[in-house]
Amino acid sequence: MSQPRLVRLAETARSPVRFSLDGEELTGLEGDTVLTAILLSRRALRRAEFGPEARAGFCLMGACQDCWIWQEEGGRLRACSTPLRAGMRLRSDAGDWPGAGA
Amino acid sequence: MTRVLIVGAGPAGIRAAEVLAGAGLCPTVVDEGARAGGQIYRRPPLGFGRTPEKLYGSEAGKARALHGRFDWLVAQGKVWHLPETSVLALRDGVAHVLGETRRQIPYDRLILATGATDRLAPVPGWQNAGVYSLGAAQIALKAQGVALGRQIVLAGTGPLLTLLAMQLRAAGAGLVAVLDTAPMRDQLRGGLAMAAARPVVALRGVSMRARLGNLYHAGVTLERIEADPDHGVQALHWRNARGQSHRTACDMAALGWHLRAETHLADLAGAEFDWCPSARQWLVRCDDMGRAGKDLYLAGDGQRLLGADGAELAGRLAAIALLRDLGRPAPAAYGLLRRRARMQRFANAMARAFPWPAEAVAALPDDTVICRCEGVTAGTLRATLPASGPEANRAKALSRVGMGRCQGRYCQLAGAEIIAADQGLAVPRAGRLRAQPPARPAPIGAWLSTPPEREAE
Ligand code: FES
Repeated sequence: MSQPRLVRLAETARSPVRFSLDGEELTGLEGDTVLTAILLSRRALRRAEFGPEARAGFCLMGACQDCWIWQEEGGRLRACSTPLRAGMRLRSDAGDWPGAGA
Repeated sequence: MTRVLIVGAGPAGIRAAEVLAGAGLCPTVVDEGARAGGQIYRRPPLGFGRTPEKLYGSEAGKARALHGRFDWLVAQGKVWHLPETSVLALRDGVAHVLGETRRQIPYDRLILATGATDRLAPVPGWQNAGVYSLGAAQIALKAQGVALGRQIVLAGTGPLLTLLAMQLRAAGAGLVAVLDTAPMRDQLRGGLAMAAARPVVALRGVSMRARLGNLYHAGVTLERIEADPDHGVQALHWRNARGQSHRTACDMAALGWHLRAETHLADLAGAEFDWCPSARQWLVRCDDMGRAGKDLYLAGDGQRLLGADGAELAGRLAAIALLRDLGRPAPAAYGLLRRRARMQRFANAMARAFPWPAEAVAALPDDTVICRCEGVTAGTLRATLPASGPEANRAKALSRVGMGRCQGRYCQLAGAEIIAADQGLAVPRAGRLRAQPPARPAPIGAWLSTPPEREAE
């Protein structure tokens, strides 16, 4: 069950883009969204704030707001509608950034 | 010159922009997408290689025409396009938008072509990772070339259920079941009326369905999604039309019951709403041309759920209405109105063929999460009703169903069913959740850091 969630079916001839998640170096492809890139390595984006379960996005069209994750600089971003950029440093939890979980 | 703002660059927004540009107005088009097209004709990022034929199948010609037209209008300077930009609020003729920067866009007339989202009915366990909307699975495939799982179950009802199943299979995704909650007798009755209104479209649906073979089940009752808190979805439990129980192992379940009109901005712009018994949701009050209030026009699925072809017609009609209201020469509307009426007959028949599962929602067990944003259960909602009464806005204030980050987009229709059933009322009596700005969550930094750019008046 530790396989990543997503499967690439097409469009694999794109340049690699490096980023990090919780300190781990990962690679996506140019044109991936942050959600796509993360879920090709992981099974979820983050934990729910109001329940025990993991979350991995829901609508992919910017409407449900399920896919927020954190950047090491502190800000949050909506993973389904943010293009992956080289050098992004992402976190699946707020760490000790004050108020970032709110 | 009259300043026209169009929100949304799907089929409705593009056609509206085209008509206005043809009349010499230079409309501003704000859209959340990086490239114009909307959801149905969504384009992958630049650098992707699949052809429109591969992406849109039988609709490739329409997609090419829309994309080509819009790109040309922008290149010619006939339309000002603001991509990757959300409208957060509308007040006193000014749109407050957030893209790379925050801006204020003053306008004289507003056309809202904000489209629709999937209409969701909660299923116990749907809060877990690996549960998606049907639309999400289609977006992932079209715009990213990925499947959202290895063993995929599609469940719900409506035309997208079958279409998406075919698209996933053609792309080589692992599809294990297609579970339609619409009973076969509704599908037959509604299907005949659909075929009468649009025979080609109805036939295409029937033939796609036939090709799914024994993956497809009609008249299904969805019982629960089995999941592990860390790994997400593991199986879907359901009963077939004869009441026999099944457990289908899967790592992804996509759900959807046709569409829900996205009306948040229309509400902020002061539109009135009526309960539509056919679509079983609140829709904006407007005339056939899309006039919804002073200087306010609606078009596309955010107005009436007529699908992409209907949206193109509605976009043209709204622009024609706007031109007429300005006293300017406008193209004829008669033929468009006639075709739009046919789309409406088709949509009404489709609503009968693929009904919203009202009874199943009303009977959801108390421990079912209704609000995915904040994990509020059906039991919590029911328990607040003695104190809040049946009015949806008061029930929301006490139970928090509808108060999360999605602002009720995915829970309010289910919430209203639960309230109505519990209180013994018709669903519209529960009322409609009033929209609040911002229409999208916005980082507080966008307000603190810099004053907004204001477009020249
Ligand atoms: S998955 Fe719904 S907003 Fe990103």
